[in-house]
Amino acid sequence: MTKKLLEVKNLRTYFHTFKGTVKAVDDVSFWVDEGEILAIVGESGGGKSVTGFSVIRLIEEPGRIESGEILFEGKDLMGLSESQMNRVRGKDISMIFQDPMTSLNPVYTIGQQIEETLILHTDLSPKERKAASIELLRSVGISNPESRLKAYPHQFSGGMRQRVIIAIALAADPKLIIADEPTTALDVTIQAQILRLMAELVRGKGRSLILVTHDLAVVSEMADRINVMYCGKVVESGPTRDVIDRSAHPYTKGLIGSIPDLERDKNRLETIKGIVPNMFDLPKGCKFAPRCTRAKEICHVQEPEVINMSQSHQVACHFPFREEVL
Amino acid sequence: MFRFIVKRLIQLVLVLFVVSLIVFVFTSVMGNPVYLMVRENATEAEIQAVVQYLGLDKPLPVQYGIFLKNALHGNFGKSYMYHLPALGLIMERFPATLEIVVVALLLSASLGIPLGVLSGAYPKSKFSQGVMAFSIAGISMPSFWIGMVMIFFFSLYLGVLPVSGRGDVGTILGINTSLATVNGWQHIILPSITLALGNVATIIRLTRSGMQENMRQDYVRFARAKGVPRRKVLFGHALKNTLIPVVTIFGLQMGSLIAFTTITETIFAWPGMGKLLIDAINIAARPIIAAYILFVAVMFVFINFIVDILYVFIDPRIDLQ
Repeated sequence: MTKKLLEVKNLRTYFHTFKGTVKAVDDVSFWVDEGEILAIVGESGGGKSVTGFSVIRLIEEPGRIESGEILFEGKDLMGLSESQMNRVRGKDISMIFQDPMTSLNPVYTIGQQIEETLILHTDLSPKERKAASIELLRSVGISNPESRLKAYPHQFSGGMRQRVIIAIALAADPKLIIADEPTTALDVTIQAQILRLMAELVRGKGRSLILVTHDLAVVSEMADRINVMYCGKVVESGPTRDVIDRSAHPYTKGLIGSIPDLERDKNRLETIKGIVPNMFDLPKGCKFAPRCTRAKEICHVQEPEVINMSQSHQVACHFPFREEVL
Repeated sequence: MFRFIVKRLIQLVLVLFVVSLIVFVFTSVMGNPVYLMVRENATEAEIQAVVQYLGLDKPLPVQYGIFLKNALHGNFGKSYMYHLPALGLIMERFPATLEIVVVALLLSASLGIPLGVLSGAYPKSKFSQGVMAFSIAGISMPSFWIGMVMIFFFSLYLGVLPVSGRGDVGTILGINTSLATVNGWQHIILPSITLALGNVATIIRLTRSGMQENMRQDYVRFARAKGVPRRKVLFGHALKNTLIPVVTIFGLQMGSLIAFTTITETIFAWPGMGKLLIDAINIAARPIIAAYILFVAVMFVFINFIVDILYVFIDPRIDLQ
């Protein structure tokens, strides 16, 4: 029986702006097992990143975590003070950001930035820290790590920087890593490399990963389970194969349909009709109803309950696709 | 690095040449020192003697040549009034000015930067709004007025600090300075605060806007995600990226404080360079004015040189070439 490493219950993160309140994350619950890769997918503005940042409580003004529990190894992170939280960040849970070009501080060397994490979260001596930094750089595939320690971020390419960021995220050997669209800003040719590297490192050490992405193709290869998010809600969740092969929510179907497929001879790429609604003015009932081909009257009025498709496969839809329909 | 220094030296020579030309032309057309030096009812012969003594009978280009030649030897001529070498007079007054300027700069850096960092990091707090109000007041109040108010309040009303003058002078490492005595410090406080006030305000505002910009950057967030404590995020990651414009302005402020403390020195009767300049202008003492301006020009080039080198230590992306 695997143990739950992280369990998020009824998380609500709202942004209070001049124009009104944005419910970026609205009553979201999910969990991550030890050694598991969980993917959170959805379109831009669906609340995926905010969910990731909420877990380590890095929500900046005007955002606020309104309510919810974030249980990490059974301990509620919401109850920790800021300085207690700083001992969790980077040590127990670390994060990899979307844009490697801006995530590293331009005025510190690579070595200093790796070492900073080691100073904060380990008891290593200066000599051991240097050795550990070199080892970390080597593990993420950077050649000549000794000489790279003194280099500055601007001397590195985007792919190399993301490798450095992964090295920093792994430095204190955290139990959970949250990767927020780690490959979106990289060249296509490098994306696969970086993802494979991350998966290897995480699996090799038996650590857990939350992979936030909009790329279902990537996810289907790597993840154990998938959460599909739309407008701040989890609309479908379950094991990867269930969600991909037996998707129940029309939104998930749409996402899968819009993956380009070079082998099939299609003239046009399928898309999901319409755009993500204005977050200040969300539709009543099911948030996806205005774009949904299967929507009936009830969808515009009443928010769908979460229903079990199987023991591990949940969907929030009034009219989910059932096996027999296929 | 070596090429950079050579380039800077060439630049210095060029700047000095241009400044010397301007100085010479302006001082030549500005007032006639002869009438200030001779008796009121001097005879034509006496006037001629003085003109010849000062070398004013020769054509302007020749005068400029002589001026340049002497200047290169550090000789700007003798002060008409004191009959002492001009440069020597300036150098004699320089430490006094440097004292109040250094104290003023230390004040503005040690107050301005932390206040700017905090008010930039928490722009909505009451503290930050208070700091901003203070800085607007600091920028908009003229220093001579503040100086006089402080003299009135601290010296005349409370009677805790001296009204004016330099006070006792002691020696540190062979340099005569009033920083060595308690009495000297008492005299330094008010003029330094007067000088610093406007600068503190500028530095607060500059640091604050830089911090607001940098706090939004990903690397600040990433540092926080690493578990870096708030204080280190502010004064390490964010501040170091904010420093370039602050150091630039700081250098310029240092230059202009040393060069133009005239008002403050006049109010506090501080025997520094600024006071000397004002006196020299009143009596049209060309050698002193010329030496002063060239001295200031050299100083500005030198300070900027230091600032440029500091850039490289702050931001590795800046290349001196």
